[in-house]
Amino acid sequence: MSDQVMISGWCKINNSRILVNDKLVFESPESLDFSEFSKAAFKALEQPYLKFYKMDNLSKLGFLCAEHLLKHNPIDGKYIPEEIGIILSNAESCIDTDIEHQKTITDANNYFPSPSIFVYTLPNIVIGEISIKHKFQGENTFFIFEQFQPDFMTGYIQGLFDGGQLKACIAGWVDLSPNAKNYNAVFFLAEKSGGSEVQFTSENLKNIYNQ
Amino acid sequence: MKVYITGDNVISSLGFNTEENMDNLFKGITGIHKIDRGYLSPEPIPAALVDSGKLEAVFSNIASPTLFTRLEQMMILSVKQAAESSGMDLQHPRSLLIVSTTKGNVELLEKDKKTNFPQERVYLWGLAKLIKDYFKLYHTPLVVSNACISGLLAIEVGARLIQSGQYDQVAVVGGDILTPFVVSGFQSFKSLSPEPCKPYDANRDGLSLGEACATIILSSQMQNIDNRAVVVAGGASSNDANHISGPSRTGDGLFIAIKNALSAASLAIDQIDFICAHGTATPYNDDMESKAVNLAGMQEVPLNSLKGYIGHTLGAAGTIESIVSVRSLLKHKLIKTLGFNTLGVAEKIKIISETKECELNNCLKVASGFGGCNAAVIFSVV
Repeated sequence: MSDQVMISGWCKINNSRILVNDKLVFESPESLDFSEFSKAAFKALEQPYLKFYKMDNLSKLGFLCAEHLLKHNPIDGKYIPEEIGIILSNAESCIDTDIEHQKTITDANNYFPSPSIFVYTLPNIVIGEISIKHKFQGENTFFIFEQFQPDFMTGYIQGLFDGGQLKACIAGWVDLSPNAKNYNAVFFLAEKSGGSEVQFTSENLKNIYNQ
Repeated sequence: MKVYITGDNVISSLGFNTEENMDNLFKGITGIHKIDRGYLSPEPIPAALVDSGKLEAVFSNIASPTLFTRLEQMMILSVKQAAESSGMDLQHPRSLLIVSTTKGNVELLEKDKKTNFPQERVYLWGLAKLIKDYFKLYHTPLVVSNACISGLLAIEVGARLIQSGQYDQVAVVGGDILTPFVVSGFQSFKSLSPEPCKPYDANRDGLSLGEACATIILSSQMQNIDNRAVVVAGGASSNDANHISGPSRTGDGLFIAIKNALSAASLAIDQIDFICAHGTATPYNDDMESKAVNLAGMQEVPLNSLKGYIGHTLGAAGTIESIVSVRSLLKHKLIKTLGFNTLGVAEKIKIISETKECELNNCLKVASGFGGCNAAVIFSVV
């Protein structure tokens, strides 16, 4: 049962850079803030997807990470929707948008809560956005940790592969601080049959996360 | 390996322990009442609130209420009572606590509450750390924050961690309180009913919010149980991949979760005695569920929603409704869907409209939430 799960590819976004499978695929001047960086990183994908502009910062970050990952490691048509899962984690939940929503209700004389902000006050919305784009319908869970937990993530996800629930999984970390001052996303594509030689182990996740 | 349910606690608008809650549920009493305009909302709304005075009084028996937020008080009380009810050693290296919540201490973002507590407590890991320190836990609690399926998903995660041999006992605590943050958000969606909610009813017009905290103890060992026990037989989650705030138009996402949970439990649809559904009483959610239940071929299986009693308790919903379902199984008693009168959903389903005794062995619990997420867990008597 315990066939080895492999890392077919990975994508890492922080400090105005996007790395995929160890290669720099996008870079913008460090002076750009997240809103400018994310817009440029989206344009670099060269695909129209108007929904991107409606997303909050956390969803934009996760969406960009998934898109750049899957652009270079395509899995289209390889699996049925319910075989592909998304298991993500972070430390700051959706604090950036929580603060935005709180601002709309602080002043009784200027009270304007908005559904388009409120809907993003849940960290798992980013999973929904990636699922919609790619029609992924498998297991999905959002965990909160003070720091990235490769031991837990690999153990739990290996269990989902062993139990037959998953054949592919996007797993990782997507964290964004208030006002998107700091952002950090690292996604791994885990598969049993990816032709990769990098095992989905805690050690390998740690190395990629830290490099 | 079997995963037994060996203890529980429910703190809700219907009481401060599971027995009190079950008594009120069996009697058909609701915890939803009209709340005047004030701190929670600029206009009056029906909501199911936990009695703050009583909470403070009960909590002050174990610690000073001024040192803990309202949610922290509820979570500590609930975990403590549930662990005691099962004899679980929370500090054991083979024990784990899972915290399920959507918004945690989000009230600490309010201007006048900001300074009362360290800022890290607004983070869900900060909340988990506080509970860890209080109980002197061996492991840092795992936190699941996955919209309105959080509580049910956390039970599924806990069961898997026991099955994989990583832990012997897992306590799953689900909790969320009502804040202006949450109430204003649902108001902006226009999804609150002006009256107590009416799940699956032809005249349903929105949900009622509630607050609660509930803890369920999962164990690899059957203990503290006389002759009958309930196990987590199987579970699954899925995504609609359709819309972030609207339920699927076809119900296919929830159907996938139901199908996979049945297969994980090795049960056929005719072995399920009742479904405890999400039933928020928004027009779209209840329609979607009726479609998913029909896709699964389970339209003849009796189904209830507990939202008419305790409201939609968000991150607590999955844990509290699972506990009630487990107690239903053990008591052989089906609980009626309070607020329901005339069926008014897209496809025919069989709503439980009378609280009555009957032979029960297997229950399917489902939940769906923003982000298109769905979860299904099956509880079975062994």
